[in-house]
Amino acid sequence: MLEQAFNGLVSGSFYALLALGLAVIFGMLGVVNFAHGAFYMLGAFGAFILLDSFGVNFWVALFVVPIVLGLAGIALERLFIQRLAPLDPLYNFLLTFGLALILQDVVKHRYGVQSQPYPRPFGGSIDLGLFTYPAYQVFVLAVSLAVCGTVWLVLTRTRVGMIVRASTERPELTRALGIDVARWVSPVFGFGIALAAFAGVLAAPMRAVNPLMGADLIITVFAVVVIGGLGSVFGSVAAGFAVGLVSALGNLYVPALSQTLVFILMAAVLLWRPAGLFGREEAL
Amino acid sequence: MILSMLARRPVPAVAGLAVALALPWLIYPPVAMDIACWALFAAAVDLLLGFTGLLSFGHAAFWGGAAYTAGLIALHTGLPFPAAVLGGALLAALLAVPIGYLSVRLRGIYFAMVTLAFAQMVYFVANQWRDVTGGENGLQGIPRELFGLDLSDPFYFYYAGLPFVLAGFFVAWRIVRSPFGRVLVSIRDNPARARALGYPVDRYKLLAFVLSAALSGVAGGLFAISHGFASLQEVYWTTSGQVVMMVVLGGIGTLWGGALGAALIVELNDRLATAGFEETGIITGAIFMLVVLVFRRGIWGTVRHLLASRAGASRAAAPEPSDNKPANSDTLSDARA
Repeated sequence: MLEQAFNGLVSGSFYALLALGLAVIFGMLGVVNFAHGAFYMLGAFGAFILLDSFGVNFWVALFVVPIVLGLAGIALERLFIQRLAPLDPLYNFLLTFGLALILQDVVKHRYGVQSQPYPRPFGGSIDLGLFTYPAYQVFVLAVSLAVCGTVWLVLTRTRVGMIVRASTERPELTRALGIDVARWVSPVFGFGIALAAFAGVLAAPMRAVNPLMGADLIITVFAVVVIGGLGSVFGSVAAGFAVGLVSALGNLYVPALSQTLVFILMAAVLLWRPAGLFGREEAL
Repeated sequence: MILSMLARRPVPAVAGLAVALALPWLIYPPVAMDIACWALFAAAVDLLLGFTGLLSFGHAAFWGGAAYTAGLIALHTGLPFPAAVLGGALLAALLAVPIGYLSVRLRGIYFAMVTLAFAQMVYFVANQWRDVTGGENGLQGIPRELFGLDLSDPFYFYYAGLPFVLAGFFVAWRIVRSPFGRVLVSIRDNPARARALGYPVDRYKLLAFVLSAALSGVAGGLFAISHGFASLQEVYWTTSGQVVMMVVLGGIGTLWGGALGAALIVELNDRLATAGFEETGIITGAIFMLVVLVFRRGIWGTVRHLLASRAGASRAAAPEPSDNKPANSDTLSDARA
């Protein structure tokens, strides 16, 4: 059972990284990025292509791929997202939905639907006292926790984080205080995309690398974000790990519910707190 | 019933009816049936998006749920297909009650995400409940029974199914024109004022959601009967996205525009499939992005805008958005103005 709980936390690592990216983007731009799952998929494929065609190893890919895709995200924001920014945010939701379809099918066109192999950067297992666990999974969990913690620290303890939080909560007032809010929009969007790509690279050695890997995941992550409270950075991360944990334990006791449990959880949260566990009612 | 529609808007109604009747002569009949089903589906989604201001990204649950239900009824009971289609619509409406109850309290992007998530839940249930739905194989060999008539020819089945689509359009049109529909529009434009005037906003939204789901169910049930199978594709989120795309392409808040969007997308997908090009998302996704970026009025919306501007301000199109909104709150339904 403890092992199952650990599995849950490892899946939760991916939910948390993706939900974190969605939350910072939503906070800064008011945009829900439907293409987030597609960028996660591109991250995994980026690692695969680097290794397969250029012999670049996992550790380099872990840095290069998020930077490249983050820059692509900045370009995307400048070219398209920004043009729709003054309109209803649903337009950007629809725009990124179209983009997700394109990215997914472009990769499918080139590589087909079968999964691509990606070797683990290191094997072995770690003795965790009660059970032994694959070392790579432990690494994923540790890195995810570290990244989420770092982002949290940056947001709460640094000047950049203060500006981002202020622009999120009261954009007009922040602007009135002489801070150029618009300057931070593209980088924050790019950063969110880079987080998705980072999660994708991390997933490559342990999940099936195929064009559809992001498609179903993104909807689960939407549910995670609704549970945590859209726009709440802490809520998204906490809900990510919690949903991973609950799904894994649910799988143990009620296997038939393994895939639907997260949505049942979401329904329960909506009944009880429509704004999500850590969301503010005014955000609705 | 069509008569009252003819009396009010003679030219478009006659033209639409003529096109609907002539369609299987003009194009491959099964494709014509697909277009009719998707057109009704699009109208149902537009009822919610264009006239209530709610973007549902989960209508695949109702379309697909009805497809499975209609298929199961036709397979196991041998009832005539209209009963199967109506059974599908009934299930869609029942399914919409809890989903709608939880979703209508949320607005805008939250509503879209939550409906999407619930639809995904229905998808997973359909995927896992293999004994009933056939899992990844889907339901196959769904019969088209109608009192012993031979409807195996898609050309004749089109005319057997068309009355459902026309009736669905008529219901949607009646809803929009009714006092109930006017309240929906006022909720779309200014929910706070509608609430202040004493309208139970959430209950109106829920009723609109259920009606929209029921119409989607008619379309989805008919689709399953016409194809003879129901598959997981019908409940998948790409189906929800596709119908929204048809509505936006045709013109949000135009009701008839969705039919144009449906015709274009279904025909395009059919051509691509015939050409052996499977990755249709590249093309449809690009069209979607383009429409959202530069063509937000959609086809029908653009035509109506041109007509309205030619006729001058005196003869404005019927449901104009109210003027008392802040100038910068360009909501989704404003695109057509």
